Amino acid sequence: MSNGEDLNVAGAGPAGDGLDETALTMGIDPYERNWMRLTVALLVMFFTTVAIAGFAMGIQVTGAYQEVDPRTVLDTEPWATPGLRKIGDKEYEAYVVAQTWSFNPSEIEIPVGSTVTILVTSPDLQHGFKITDTNVNTMVVPGQVSKVTYTFDTVGDFPYICHEYCGTGHATMFGVVKVVPEGTLDEVSGDTGGDTDNEANSDEDDSQ
Amino acid sequence: MTTIDEPIETPDVETTDLTIERVEKPEFDLSPQEKRFVGWHITVAITALMIGSMMGPIQSFQFSGLDLYPYLEPVIKSYYQGLTLHGVLNALVYTTFFIVGFANLTTMKGLGRSLSHPVINKVGFWTMLTGLIMTGIPILTNSATVLYTFYPPLKASWAFYLGLTLVVVGSWIEGLGFYLTLAAWRKDHRGVRSPFIALGGIINMAMWQIATLGIAVEILTMLLPWSLGLIDNTDPELARTYFWFTGHPLVYFWLLPAYVSWYGMLPKQVGGKLFSDSLARLAFWLFLIVSVPVGFHHQFTDPGVPQTWKFIHAALTYSVFFPSMITLFTVVASLEFAARRQGGKGLVGWIRTLPWGDPSVAAQLLAGILFMFGGIGGLTNASYSLNLVIHNTAWVPGHFHLTVATAATLSFMGISYWMVPYLAGKQLWSPKMALVQVWTWFVGMIIFSNAMHVLGLLGAPRRTPLGSAPYVPEEWNGHLLRVSIGGGILLISVLIYGWVMLRTALGPKVEAHLVPTVPIAESIRHPQLTPVWLDRFKPWLIAAGLLLVVAYGPQFIDQIFNMNLNAPGTDFVPWPS
Ligand code: HEM
Ligand SMILES: [Cu+2]
Ligand SMILES: [Cu+2]
Repeated sequence: MSNGEDLNVAGAGPAGDGLDETALTMGIDPYERNWMRLTVALLVMFFTTVAIAGFAMGIQVTGAYQEVDPRTVLDTEPWATPGLRKIGDKEYEAYVVAQTWSFNPSEIEIPVGSTVTILVTSPDLQHGFKITDTNVNTMVVPGQVSKVTYTFDTVGDFPYICHEYCGTGHATMFGVVKVVPEGTLDEVSGDTGGDTDNEANSDEDDSQ
Repeated sequence: MTTIDEPIETPDVETTDLTIERVEKPEFDLSPQEKRFVGWHITVAITALMIGSMMGPIQSFQFSGLDLYPYLEPVIKSYYQGLTLHGVLNALVYTTFFIVGFANLTTMKGLGRSLSHPVINKVGFWTMLTGLIMTGIPILTNSATVLYTFYPPLKASWAFYLGLTLVVVGSWIEGLGFYLTLAAWRKDHRGVRSPFIALGGIINMAMWQIATLGIAVEILTMLLPWSLGLIDNTDPELARTYFWFTGHPLVYFWLLPAYVSWYGMLPKQVGGKLFSDSLARLAFWLFLIVSVPVGFHHQFTDPGVPQTWKFIHAALTYSVFFPSMITLFTVVASLEFAARRQGGKGLVGWIRTLPWGDPSVAAQLLAGILFMFGGIGGLTNASYSLNLVIHNTAWVPGHFHLTVATAATLSFMGISYWMVPYLAGKQLWSPKMALVQVWTWFVGMIIFSNAMHVLGLLGAPRRTPLGSAPYVPEEWNGHLLRVSIGGGILLISVLIYGWVMLRTALGPKVEAHLVPTVPIAESIRHPQLTPVWLDRFKPWLIAAGLLLVVAYGPQFIDQIFNMNLNAPGTDFVPWPS
């Protein structure tokens, strides 16, 4: 590695000693200059890739969707009766309450190929919501509704796990998305709802 | 005129001839009182590390079903209380005390003078220590089991928040002491470039002061009044935005002192020189301006922050890659320069010529190697949609045990191998054991961190005692075991470290020439040839301020003006008692 460039200015003395302060260069080694160029090129590449994934391919993160009052949110619909709602052919909305220390519903059953818009909120502490083996991953923050959409293309059980510390029961806080083969689900119902509020969901069933 | 006021020697063509040594100036050295003052910082730091680090292996053993918590019951009631202790003592207390202590040393040694107002720094230190005690008591009494991120509405005792505030304020006060000292030095040395190790440490303090405004506001306007019962509710999303304003630059606060050593000291330790003084300075200034306006990359998955801002911060986070790559090149070039000067050959063969037998050098080289992997992982984390795969999974602790817990911690350990003997007037007790410590850390961390990364990719959540989680599939077990094995090796490493430090500190005083000196690397090119704009705070502080306003201003205004204090939390203590 040469420092040839430096020799041109190296003859000058320190400030006040005939050194032209304005003419100083950074004396960057040619190899290092190329390295910096390469770095910039890499950055442009990363940035483009991420922009394409996020905006052209639609792999998006949670955004600012809706604010609620955590003290009263569970008193009114739709949060008073969390669970799965069918909104179209293979299209669902799942309202999920994350609370100390369970998810309600703790089981969501859908036919393979379904697109589910998942809405999650918390009436108490911060929680997390990540469905294993999918790109669904969001924080659950009291006062906010997290909204994510995902299409389940493979049959299987996909646990959703609370990944933010929320106290004593944090490590046992999880639920499961059951993606079942076409036709095996009781299609009349379509809704699986939570453990506790199947009656509530049945209102919805009627409308189908 | 005292010796330190002498004008620096004139650079001439000869000085760039790399084989000729420059004339040594009569050296300034710290007085015994000053050494003791720095020593107090380091003592508190290492004590915190020893206690905090004990929890790490215990956590890792839990993962494979070896549950030691019943034995800790008298003090530590749960995995989470231990994890709070681990995060706070290691990531906040150990780092801050070590960094501020080290900055005292580099400021004085770099500038070749004492602090201009030592009393300011004393006040700063005692404030920090008071804060530490105030924070420690509620953690140990299980009334602040909120982890080191203390997200509301998890509510800790008011003493926890006030204590943390005092630690931060104390560090600000010490920072002020450094600025005044630098200003005093500059008055006596007009036209002379500030010595790099002093400048680097002080830039880091300036960045820290800007960054910590976030948690200062969070605590003083929300958490402290709330924990005192003056207000009933919090705005958790706003709190997160405040926290991560501080939380990301925090990681650069940890790293930059290691960089001061890698750029400004390590080259001397390996018998060489700093490859580029200009680029070393440029890297530090760039860290000052781009470290802060990137915090939303920790909030990619937050509701309540629009995607646009997240994306802007993703882009800005990438810009941190630039000074990091400069650092990689410059540090490696400095090492290569030294190695070749001593007969090192080959494309990579020169690496073997480096003095691997010196534990301080080995520690920093290994820290640097693992940091490269940490950096690659960091790029993944920062990559917007890619973040969805790993956010809040075990990948994340896997990642930052390579950065803060290795790049910073292992470098600090390396630094302490010359610094503690220097401060105490002793010799390092058993450099051999120190080498064993360094290598066990390296090996243990590779196993631990790799397993954590893999677990994260498989979907394992972080902050979770995975050994007792009901959803753990068979498939994870092998990796959970590897976490424990890595943790076990790290436990051995930590214990050796504590033992070496203790034996060194308690060892006999030795003759002055046997005590290590502070390694300060010259640069190949005379610093006086570095452009003036790389030695001025003003343009960079203005740039930092402007970038902050642009990148954070609108979203902050939005969240503050639409603040909803409506989250009370739980009406019971939510953690295990
Ligand atoms: C002695 C070696 C160490 C081992 C075996 C170890 C192990 C661990 C483990 C198993 C976790 C918990 C992961 C989880 O539940 O999410 C953890 C968390 C953490 N560790 Fe370490 N660690 C060690 C040293 C360090 C050091 C030296 C630092 C920093 C200087 C550090 C900083 C942290 C932080 C900040 C967390 C996150 C705490 C949180 O999520 O609230 N660790 N560590
Ligand atoms: Cu949780
Ligand atoms: Cu970060």
